[in-house]
Amino acid sequence: MTTSVSAANALDADNPGEPEPRIRLRGLRKTFGSVVAVDNLDLDIADGEFFAMLGPSGSGKTTVLRMIAGFEIPTAGTVRLGGVDATRQPPFRRDVNTVFQDYALFPHMTVEQNIGYGLRVRRVPKQDRSRRVGEALDMVRLSGFGARKPNELSGGQRQRVALARALVNRPRVLLLDEPLGALDLKLREQMQLELKAIQREVGITFVFVTHDQDEALTLCDRLAVFRDGRIEQLGRGDEVYEAPATRFVAEFVGTSNVISGEAARAILGADATVAIRPEKIRIVSPGEAVSAGDVSVTGNVREIVYAGAKTRVVVDAAGVTLSALLLNVATHAPELQRGDAVTLCWDRGAVRTIEA
Amino acid sequence: MGHQVATDQGLISKPPAAPSVRGRRGAVSAFFAPKRKTRLVLLLSAPMLWLVVAYLGSIGVLLTSALWTTDFFTGNVAHTYSIANLHEVYTQPLYRNVAVRTISVALLVTVIDALIAFPMAFYMSKIASPRMRKLLVVAVLTPLWASYLVKAYAWRSLLAPNGPLSWLTGGHTPGYGLTATVITLSYLWLPYMVIPVYAGFERVPRSLFEASADLGAGAGRTVRSVLIPMVFPAIAAGSIFTFSLTLGDYIAVGIVGGKTQLLANVIYGQLVTANNQPLAAALSTVPLVAIVLYLLAMRRTGALENV
Repeated sequence: MTTSVSAANALDADNPGEPEPRIRLRGLRKTFGSVVAVDNLDLDIADGEFFAMLGPSGSGKTTVLRMIAGFEIPTAGTVRLGGVDATRQPPFRRDVNTVFQDYALFPHMTVEQNIGYGLRVRRVPKQDRSRRVGEALDMVRLSGFGARKPNELSGGQRQRVALARALVNRPRVLLLDEPLGALDLKLREQMQLELKAIQREVGITFVFVTHDQDEALTLCDRLAVFRDGRIEQLGRGDEVYEAPATRFVAEFVGTSNVISGEAARAILGADATVAIRPEKIRIVSPGEAVSAGDVSVTGNVREIVYAGAKTRVVVDAAGVTLSALLLNVATHAPELQRGDAVTLCWDRGAVRTIEA
Repeated sequence: MGHQVATDQGLISKPPAAPSVRGRRGAVSAFFAPKRKTRLVLLLSAPMLWLVVAYLGSIGVLLTSALWTTDFFTGNVAHTYSIANLHEVYTQPLYRNVAVRTISVALLVTVIDALIAFPMAFYMSKIASPRMRKLLVVAVLTPLWASYLVKAYAWRSLLAPNGPLSWLTGGHTPGYGLTATVITLSYLWLPYMVIPVYAGFERVPRSLFEASADLGAGAGRTVRSVLIPMVFPAIAAGSIFTFSLTLGDYIAVGIVGGKTQLLANVIYGQLVTANNQPLAAALSTVPLVAIVLYLLAMRRTGALENV
């Protein structure tokens, strides 16, 4: 256990005087045959952080997670965990536990045996073991289910067993590979809140892989948007959402109206590519004056989509299609009809210049 | 618009052509659809006929004939009932020895096949590339297409006192006997063990092994706590083949066994050479009892629940 002592003392080479972050990836690369899954990736994740890796399938986010867990050995680059080079450490030597996408519960063991597996393998005394298994069951609100087999549980319950099985080992890092993907919407929203609460309670680093941008924004402190094996943008959730750096991020994280070329010159009077979020666009009421700081454009309503809390209005204006999202504050939906001429306006500051 | 409505009406008033075609095609199904019992009888009669008449019936005849006797002088079967044959089979030390030897050989062959099949099937299912996997499946299955006799005689020449094995090892060959029998039978029945165990591994997602490693288990621990329990039902299924096939074999023993006699040889001898069909029937209850006990033992382990 000398490694963990030196780990605590390891100083950050990039930040003299500071301890190294919990997870440090440098120049990480992974190829499968001729396919580059992860391409020269650098990333630091701090202690106690809830970090989301967001991206479409095939963007390399799961491969990065698997390299942190030790299931894949990088083609090049290093994985450092708590200041120790873990690049070639087998999974069972890493102070990291994983919640698998399919939960990977052992079907021949009871819930208790599943949760106690890691403790049994590490020869934790029996009394200690059953106490900690009991605590873990309490934490995921499954006390009384200990004697069941995984196939006697619902999807949400299995998910919680998988979480308890990982957390009972008190790892420094918990990796979650699309853990809520198999659950239906209501249950997913409930589990998101539970996950957030559990992370706050245990205070360890959570690294979460998802392709669901809502989920990433809801849960994480910081997130990385993955594309083609690289990080397209890294930052706090609100930073990435409010200030997307590229067109890909603007369109993958939430939806955006992207204005470029001819339309940009017509609407903004500038030769640029910009993104504007639909909820930042207002529809100017007849007789209302557009204030000086606002951009406005006139067009025709192509489509009105009523969706309960919100109404989406799609407008053809100056050669582009703009989508505006209106909160249905009034009891009546806006009295618009397809084909109506409307003026849209938004704050100049709401527009983000992005890389094309 | 008025014109279009007229066309629509014209279409509707036309006699529909499709249903009559469907009616003719589905006539048989339509006839049987409401007759659930008739359907069930038709579906089950052939397999039930096979199971009850051909299989259980012949076992019944066999067991009954074990109670008959033979006329000492003429050798004809006499239909007088007696348990003398069964008594002889289960008390004579000679028969007991043969029975113990046969069951030991069957268990040994089963264990050897399981020990070879487990790592082999694991490699085929979880490690080999898709191309290699296909090649290995073909390699395991192809010998099943070759004649049993060819394979047994191949082992006979391999193990011959001055055969290739002897030549390679400088005279070390088991020769013909019990060891050669075990080797040959293990070889012959290996595919029957590899295929179920391979199928068993195919059903185990890779993430279970990763989860075990993730939770701190080394390779040995994962094999003991995850791999073996997960494929145990498959090993049990394969072992039923290897065990029962060995119990019933007398040809391979005859080819490579030298003077070794197993139960089936003795039964064959009584039936064909000694012309004592009732004693042969009595002897054949021994493997029958052995396999029933084996199945019950497998059931006790819970291995047959999820097959």
